[in-house]
Amino acid sequence: MRIEATVNGKPHQHDVEPRLLLVQYVREVVGLTGTKIGCDTSSCGACTVLVDGESVKSCTMLAVQADGSEITTVEGLAAGDEFHPVQAAFHEHHALQCGFCTAGMLMATVSLLDEIPNPTERDIRLGLEGNLCRCTGYHNIVEAVLAAAESRR
Amino acid sequence: MIPAAFDYLRARSAEEAVAALREHGDDAKLLAGGMSLLPLMKLRLATPAILVDLGRVREFSYVRDAGEHLAVGALTRHRDLETNELLADQCAALRAVAAEVGDSKVRHRGTIGGSVAHGDPASDLPALLLALDATFVVRGPGGERTVPVREFFHGFLETALEPDELLTEIQVPKLPGAGFSYQKFQRRAQDWAIVGATAVRNGGTRVALVNMGGTPLRATGVEESLAQGASPAEAAQRAAEGTEPPGDLNATPDYREHLGRVLVRRALEAASA
Repeated sequence: MRIEATVNGKPHQHDVEPRLLLVQYVREVVGLTGTKIGCDTSSCGACTVLVDGESVKSCTMLAVQADGSEITTVEGLAAGDEFHPVQAAFHEHHALQCGFCTAGMLMATVSLLDEIPNPTERDIRLGLEGNLCRCTGYHNIVEAVLAAAESRR
Repeated sequence: MIPAAFDYLRARSAEEAVAALREHGDDAKLLAGGMSLLPLMKLRLATPAILVDLGRVREFSYVRDAGEHLAVGALTRHRDLETNELLADQCAALRAVAAEVGDSKVRHRGTIGGSVAHGDPASDLPALLLALDATFVVRGPGGERTVPVREFFHGFLETALEPDELLTEIQVPKLPGAGFSYQKFQRRAQDWAIVGATAVRNGGTRVALVNMGGTPLRATGVEESLAQGASPAEAAQRAAEGTEPPGDLNATPDYREHLGRVLVRRALEAASA
């Protein structure tokens, strides 16, 4: 089936099988491998991307469902060499250890701050439910999200 | 994991969806948000030949004041329920329980109708709808019919929906100021409930259980004891009556019965507070 989608601002058209998952579309068809496949069962959130500005788990969505949508992946956050404020805050607060969950954490955070611009620590912990860090680096991740919210004010 | 191959059909209206179901019968499956169906397809526990995508049928995404009751479109996403102002005033329990489904990413995609039609006794919303005495509006080739929630859930992943029928609306009572509580016991924040208990207090008290049998269940023994003047702690002792809790890696049936009693007591106390 022919789908048209905007990925990180660029229009794309591809013929895809209906069973192609959005995460495979992003990684294997469009060629953006920043988005990771972790659990592949919609538990871990490593594959989180934005579809029309909202965070979704791209391992549990079909590419054909995203036809006509705007998709944003981690590659679409920075403006040239300039970090997105959320990336800058993660960098500054050392909000990653191995980094496998980071792309998903960043995308989930962008969506969270869009919905709750001034989150409490509890809002952040609830909002990042379903994004798992196996290094258990949550403390610094929460610090980074608080700082990112502050920097956007 | 990749689903088995299927044909994909994007419905533009309820009529198109019903026509597709009528043509393809059991071979077809409706896709709403996909938060329950796609995982089953990836595990190849579900292998529909044709997927009828309702994602673009926007006419069934709404929360409306319908006079006697509130009408909720079946394709309303959990995210839209948890942020809905009319629900905050008129049925805060539905808003609160929608916010307990999965995680924020899941709630951006998942719909109330998808959760109901899936018929999973471990889901959060069906038990609440049982406690609210909701009514479901269903559309098929012959037109529309309504099904009371008590007659809707038939067994594990089995509902009153015929293969050619589409759930279009969920009707819930207006309960401004009603006390309620949903107690969910889980291992990780975004997991299914190992057991859940919901209590809605509006004059009388209704109690329903998540994951204590093949369907969501009303805790009728508890309700009866409360009506006879029992305290929450006394009434909660009857929480497991008439249940058939499953045993799995997370809990034995005995432990689920224990959880049922504890969570019902907590829900009753919180709903009265």
